[in-house]
Amino acid sequence: MPQNADNVLDHFNLFRQPEYKEMFENKKKNFENPVADAELERVREWTKTEEYKEKNFAREALTVNPAKACQPLGAVFAAVGFESTLPFVHGSQGCVAYYRSHFSRHFKEPTSCVSSSMTEDAAVFGGLNNMIDGLANAYNMYKPKMISVSTTCMAEVIGDDLNAFIKTSKEKGSVPADFDVPFAHTPAFVGSHITGYDNVIKGVLEHFWDGKAGTAPALERKPNNSINFLGGFDGYTVGNLREVKRIFESMGVEYTLIGDNSDVWDTPTDGEFRMYDGGTKLEDVANALHAKATISMQEFCTEKTLPYIATKGQEVVALNHPVGVAATDKFLMEISRISGKPISEELTKERGRLVDAIADSSAHIHGKKFAIYGDPDLCYGLAAFLLELGAEPVHILSTNGGKAWAQKVQALLDSSPFGKGCHVYPNRDLWHMRSLLFTEPVDYLIGNTYGKYLDRDTGTPLIRIGFPIFDRHHKHRYPVWGYQGSMNVLVWILDAIFEDIDRNTNVVAKSDYSFDIIR
Amino acid sequence: MSLRQIAFYGKGGIGKSTTSQNTLAALAEMGKKILIVGCDPKADSTRLILHAKAQDTILSLAAEAGSVEDLELEDVMKVGYQDIRCVESGGPEPGVGCAGRGVITSINFLEENGAYDGVDYVSYDVLGDVVCGGFAMPIRENKAQEIYIVMSGEMMAMYAANNISKGILKYANSGGVRLGGLVCNERQTDKELELAESLAKKLGSKLIYFVPRDNIVQHAELRRMTVIEYAPDSQQANHYRNLAQRVDANAGNGTIPTPITMDELEDLLMEHGIMKAVDESQVGKTAAELSVA
Repeated sequence: MPQNADNVLDHFNLFRQPEYKEMFENKKKNFENPVADAELERVREWTKTEEYKEKNFAREALTVNPAKACQPLGAVFAAVGFESTLPFVHGSQGCVAYYRSHFSRHFKEPTSCVSSSMTEDAAVFGGLNNMIDGLANAYNMYKPKMISVSTTCMAEVIGDDLNAFIKTSKEKGSVPADFDVPFAHTPAFVGSHITGYDNVIKGVLEHFWDGKAGTAPALERKPNNSINFLGGFDGYTVGNLREVKRIFESMGVEYTLIGDNSDVWDTPTDGEFRMYDGGTKLEDVANALHAKATISMQEFCTEKTLPYIATKGQEVVALNHPVGVAATDKFLMEISRISGKPISEELTKERGRLVDAIADSSAHIHGKKFAIYGDPDLCYGLAAFLLELGAEPVHILSTNGGKAWAQKVQALLDSSPFGKGCHVYPNRDLWHMRSLLFTEPVDYLIGNTYGKYLDRDTGTPLIRIGFPIFDRHHKHRYPVWGYQGSMNVLVWILDAIFEDIDRNTNVVAKSDYSFDIIR
Repeated sequence: MSLRQIAFYGKGGIGKSTTSQNTLAALAEMGKKILIVGCDPKADSTRLILHAKAQDTILSLAAEAGSVEDLELEDVMKVGYQDIRCVESGGPEPGVGCAGRGVITSINFLEENGAYDGVDYVSYDVLGDVVCGGFAMPIRENKAQEIYIVMSGEMMAMYAANNISKGILKYANSGGVRLGGLVCNERQTDKELELAESLAKKLGSKLIYFVPRDNIVQHAELRRMTVIEYAPDSQQANHYRNLAQRVDANAGNGTIPTPITMDELEDLLMEHGIMKAVDESQVGKTAAELSVA
């Protein structure tokens, strides 16, 4: 036996021992109905051709590796951003297990979330009883200040009416009549996680501003000078929201972060379990109605929320995940314009430092070609930053970005000489990206963890920026917004470039004339 | 006037679509701007207005385009007689899929894309009974304020009307939906008017109108027209105009229905002499057995 108690081999060494190698070979031969190696190679090479790419892009009825998740995931993301709020998903348990594990793998933190545990009888008779019992249990066991209800496919297909169900549950005494239970219909088969975020934020605001589903008078807006801030669905929410708070405070501007999940996904290990931590105070959510304006950091995450806020008489400003000097300038100048306060000395210095850093590294990044995929706003923000750096975002692909997004990105590309020859691909998936990386290769790929398969297949080094990042730890603690955040993005890109140079120059006595200490 | 949303429900084949389209055509004649939302996979709720066999439905167009998000309002909305705007939600072939979800998807799409802007009336034409949550979409809060049940003097039509009332009751307590009234589409059964009136009373509602049977409706239907358009001077057209006026004047007068049990329904039929009291000793016996006894 290759394994013994005195020297325990880890699985990746163990499986390389002769016994295991033989076993794998036999398994393949006897059970996997393998094609001949030559045929396998032929097809593999064929998938790299222009001919295959054309077939791939003509694909209609199949999606392979979409770069998006479902609405309810975004719903839970939004819900945990409010003070002591328990996300309550009306649907089956398995769905909720997915949201919780997905977030835990990214943030390395638990995510508290319950389901109404619908089973087959609920699918037949409707989920009202599940709602009545579920709300009562959740309220009594987990003592939340608010329960935010969203839905899954199952509840949506059978047409459960959340508004009526919640009212009935209150009449039956599941939760007190004046307890806050905002809700949003978030069918998983419509839109993506950014749609779910949008629906829940809108649902929460409607609840507090429009009379709490008929249990209180609607609020009347008394304008003040505060600014509301919406981050959108963001894998860097822990680092970003803390950075954004610092920016507002640095400028002395009154602000409300709507949906602040930066603390609940970064609780300290000090012996106390915090089911809820931080979050936007419920009274602040109500008072956010009176704000002068609302800034959304991600336009395509707030397509329904922003127009709703605008109907209340607030100014609304939509940005597209600003990264870099010009984009951050715009963000800060909007805050300054709305609040009437100047951009602080501290931030002005940070800007200078970012410009300095970009200048220092410009020689390495200028002219490099990139492929980017991810959520629509993230793609836009990163593409804008790359253009600013003199790099070329050759392929910009999004599964949940549509026609309107593509037009916006095209306008961005048209605005820069580096955008020539760059293309935007709305509603495409990572299998499309694979073809692009073979037929029109680039130097680097930017995307989430799932890009590691593309990295392996195509040999394009992956720079991990996006959501989810499962296979590297703690990236979410770093901001990617503001001048400091942009600095992080710059450093991550440069790290990849330098590692790549090292890898290409490290053969002893062959290429190591360039294996330099100084880059 | 502010947007008024109504819905027509009723047993399959009762003449819902015919009655609703004629009534809406008459409302349009009165100068109202109207949107019809067909919530029936058969997609025949707008054919008399559009003179078309069946309209391209939201769901069939969405399936072609890839998803509902790829559709524009102008793709799905057609304008017919008297500028009535028409959409059909559509749905699956019989025996597959989920038509109820189709209704939800379609109504959400229409609301999000501003189909309701600038109209006086939105009318939902919904198939059969309230069979699942999807078909209850039009009676959720902030949707239809009043439901009109099309029925006749036939027992099963009355049974269906009672069932629909149960559906309305479920949502009436938590939302704003009300039963606007019954519309009896004459089948020339015994004591039809009396029956319809007493059922309406039992349900805590009223008979809004009794539409007499007239073959002219058939003639108009064959030409894919409403009677209002085909024979505007006919007596039947005036009946629909009267019905339209009653509906128009009925805003805010809906009630929370009080559905009855099957026993009560049978009692009602007996009261009017339509059904004889059941001799329990005869239940379940064949004719041959009874003749022996």
